[in-house]
Amino acid sequence: MRRYFGRKLLIYIITFILAVTVDWAIPRFMPGNPVEILIARAGLKAESAKLIYSYYMKAFGLNVPIWRQYLNFWIALFHGDLGVSLWLFPQPVMKIIKQAVPYDILLLLPAILLSWLAGNKFGAYAARSKWLDNTISPLAYILQATPYMWLGMLLAWLCGVRLHLLPFSGAYSNAMMPSFSWSFVWSLLQHWILPFASLFIVQFGGWAIGMRNMIIYELEADYSHYLEALGAPRKLVRSYAFHNALLPQITGLALQLGAIVGGALATEIVFSYPGIGFLILQAIQNHDYFLLQGSCLFIIIGVLLANFLIDLAYVLVDPRTRVGMQGEG
Amino acid sequence: MRRVVSILLVLALLTGVLGVTSVAAAATTEFPRSQTLYTGGKQWGPPSNWNPFMTGNYATGTIGLCYETLFLYDPLTAKFTPWLASSGKWTNSTTYRLVLRPGLTWSDGKALTVDDVKFTIELGKKTTLNFSSLWSWLTSISKVNSTTLDFKFKTALYQEWDNYLYNLPIVPQHIWGTRSLTDVATGANDKPVGSGAYLYNTYDQTKMVWEKNVNWWATKALKLSVAPKYIIDLVNTSNENSLGLVLQGQEDLNNNYLPGISTLLTGGYALHTYYPSAPYNIAANTAWLDINLQKKPMSDLAFRKALAYGINVADIVSRDYNNMVQASNPTGLLPMWNKYVDQAVVKKLGITYNPAKAKQVLAAAGYKDVNHDGYVENKDGTKITLKLIVPNGWSDWMAAAQMISKSAKAVGLRIVASYPDFNGYLDARLKGTFDLAIDNQANVSNSPWTYYHFIFYDQLKDIPTTQGGNYGRYNNKTAFALVTQLDKTKTTDLTAMKAVISKLQTIQLANLPMIPLWYNGMWAQMSTTYWTNWPSSVAGKNHYLPVTWNGYWNMTAILMLTQLKAVKQP
Repeated sequence: MRRYFGRKLLIYIITFILAVTVDWAIPRFMPGNPVEILIARAGLKAESAKLIYSYYMKAFGLNVPIWRQYLNFWIALFHGDLGVSLWLFPQPVMKIIKQAVPYDILLLLPAILLSWLAGNKFGAYAARSKWLDNTISPLAYILQATPYMWLGMLLAWLCGVRLHLLPFSGAYSNAMMPSFSWSFVWSLLQHWILPFASLFIVQFGGWAIGMRNMIIYELEADYSHYLEALGAPRKLVRSYAFHNALLPQITGLALQLGAIVGGALATEIVFSYPGIGFLILQAIQNHDYFLLQGSCLFIIIGVLLANFLIDLAYVLVDPRTRVGMQGEG
Repeated sequence: MRRVVSILLVLALLTGVLGVTSVAAAATTEFPRSQTLYTGGKQWGPPSNWNPFMTGNYATGTIGLCYETLFLYDPLTAKFTPWLASSGKWTNSTTYRLVLRPGLTWSDGKALTVDDVKFTIELGKKTTLNFSSLWSWLTSISKVNSTTLDFKFKTALYQEWDNYLYNLPIVPQHIWGTRSLTDVATGANDKPVGSGAYLYNTYDQTKMVWEKNVNWWATKALKLSVAPKYIIDLVNTSNENSLGLVLQGQEDLNNNYLPGISTLLTGGYALHTYYPSAPYNIAANTAWLDINLQKKPMSDLAFRKALAYGINVADIVSRDYNNMVQASNPTGLLPMWNKYVDQAVVKKLGITYNPAKAKQVLAAAGYKDVNHDGYVENKDGTKITLKLIVPNGWSDWMAAAQMISKSAKAVGLRIVASYPDFNGYLDARLKGTFDLAIDNQANVSNSPWTYYHFIFYDQLKDIPTTQGGNYGRYNNKTAFALVTQLDKTKTTDLTAMKAVISKLQTIQLANLPMIPLWYNGMWAQMSTTYWTNWPSSVAGKNHYLPVTWNGYWNMTAILMLTQLKAVKQP
């Protein structure tokens, strides 16, 4: 058990260091310098801009050699300091991310969990019914291959612009400030539906297809035939097949997490939903090194953590892993 | 399995509740539509600071709604209106006497006095602020009496000083005096205390909310009252989104360039623009072509002349902009500066679209199509391919760049439109690595000096850090000296100003360091669904600027708010 988690932990640490390094390096390969943008936007008189330029270069620590910047970055990181945003100067990156994270949780967790549950249930069901398999499954194939952004725009156009059913921009009404009132929660919910739906629908298709294929495969496995030969009821055979088919789907969830988060970024941009994805786009456009680093760092930690949880879940769900670990111990 | 499912469902539900509770932290507020003015167009990110010294970055209205300036300037009539000041004049060639209005107050109730003014301007001497360079020609500020200050100058730069008079925000000493200098220069200044017509109410990631200051000094002193109880400035997300909001009447005033507004005016939407017909908007700045004079063949005047003859600006105006802009005067001076245009010089030297002339100039200068590919080659036979850069996503400029490329092709010049991201574009100009670029950074102001200071910026080595202008690196000591001479000319001496400007125009038109193209507008789409009596060019209406951009509130936009009338909702 300890060896299993020890190895896993080591892999996670190495992944973390590599990912954070890439995260730090990429914005710095972009042409230009973020202080230039800051100055350009200020529209200063030239004589003042000169003074302000050196002031900001120093304030952001951009006037030291690149290796020193890298070192400073790690030192600050261990102090929990993600720096100050350039785009939203002088707000600390941590504060900006904290404001965005609730929206990501609100959007991502329900979308991931519900689509996984519903997709698997439906896939297993579809594998049983020829009629469903011939109608819904092709649709699921199409959905699964749909880019998040495209579906998002389609939904926004259809439900928002054409039918005026739902709002398609922002997280709640412009006339409100967050509060514990029904009208606010209602507004929040209305704004949440379309981005949630575009994430849910695409993922739902993927899980349904995966499950359907797995069930068909499992029903052809020797143990299923053996059970059937013993005269076990169909329901029992199905239930075993479902349990076995679920394992690769859990692995699939771990593998898919990165892509889902990526999809959520696109969705947030389409619906101007103020989560991390929206921040990342703005950070790239404004060459905000620090905000980009911080947002990506948050995603890296999130994905690694989720993977770790799935690893744990695997131990609970698959008895073989447990037996294997006990053997080792 | 069922247990796992129910656990997951509960988890999903919990996160939902968690999400809601963490979002909903502030007090209950909903803003009544009929008393709220929704604006948009300035803010491209959530409000992040209210520091009036951080120009360009502060939340919409920080200067104008909250902090105020000594004067207002109206570019349409070229007049200064005393605001915090009651008057100001030069008592001798290097002393400016400022008299402050009596009875001014800060929004916390304390009096606004000359000490605050003196303190504010002296902050620029103590630390690096956006106006610190003032102190290289200002010597001292002395208090004459409780309402009067004397500013003593080493060198009086009259044109520039007038610019400061309506751009410098005055901050309260009793709050800013206790702050560290770093905090003054770069602090967020949360919950700002100003003297203006509006008070900070709240903000979130999508908006800034200002609330009417019922104790505003101007109510008593000038009988002015702003109409909207709340001003909610929405953060831009995209032009499509803004257009949707304006058409649905959800945004009352939008200051983005929204293509096709001219066609929507008659579409049954409750839309209003300053001019009822083309160009619909007041001109705000000149878009011109930056030419990199350090590179061949742009260093050749004949080549630049051919280029100027070869650009069909009228085509850009009509097809790209749908006549929402006007073609620029060859001098590039904005329409409100028409009186400074020396028509004789323009008639003699001004260049407008003439493809035949362009070909003729090219041929005469020795640029010939040697390999018969339809494009002229350099004098030594090498190919000419010039890149014209505009920032990616600036769709109107991207289309204009393509049109320039097309009309250049017709006279045998190969110009390729290229769209780097904004920072790439900025960097190429600052480092001088571009060939051609569209630029529009010199905005409307109290004096053409700001425009000439930009196109003839003389500190060529410092361009990468100062962004002072002159990206083509035009080097002409005479022109530079004239710009300084203009700065030192009294703003009341129109004849002297015109004489200097005429010389500058001659140099500009004869040497073509850049090519003026068209006037970008003060884009303003107003919806008459909830508010009326918007600024309009029509006689009898108010002629204030309907613009929420930084620096425009103090160019009379604040007065627009005093004229608005709420529409009675059925």
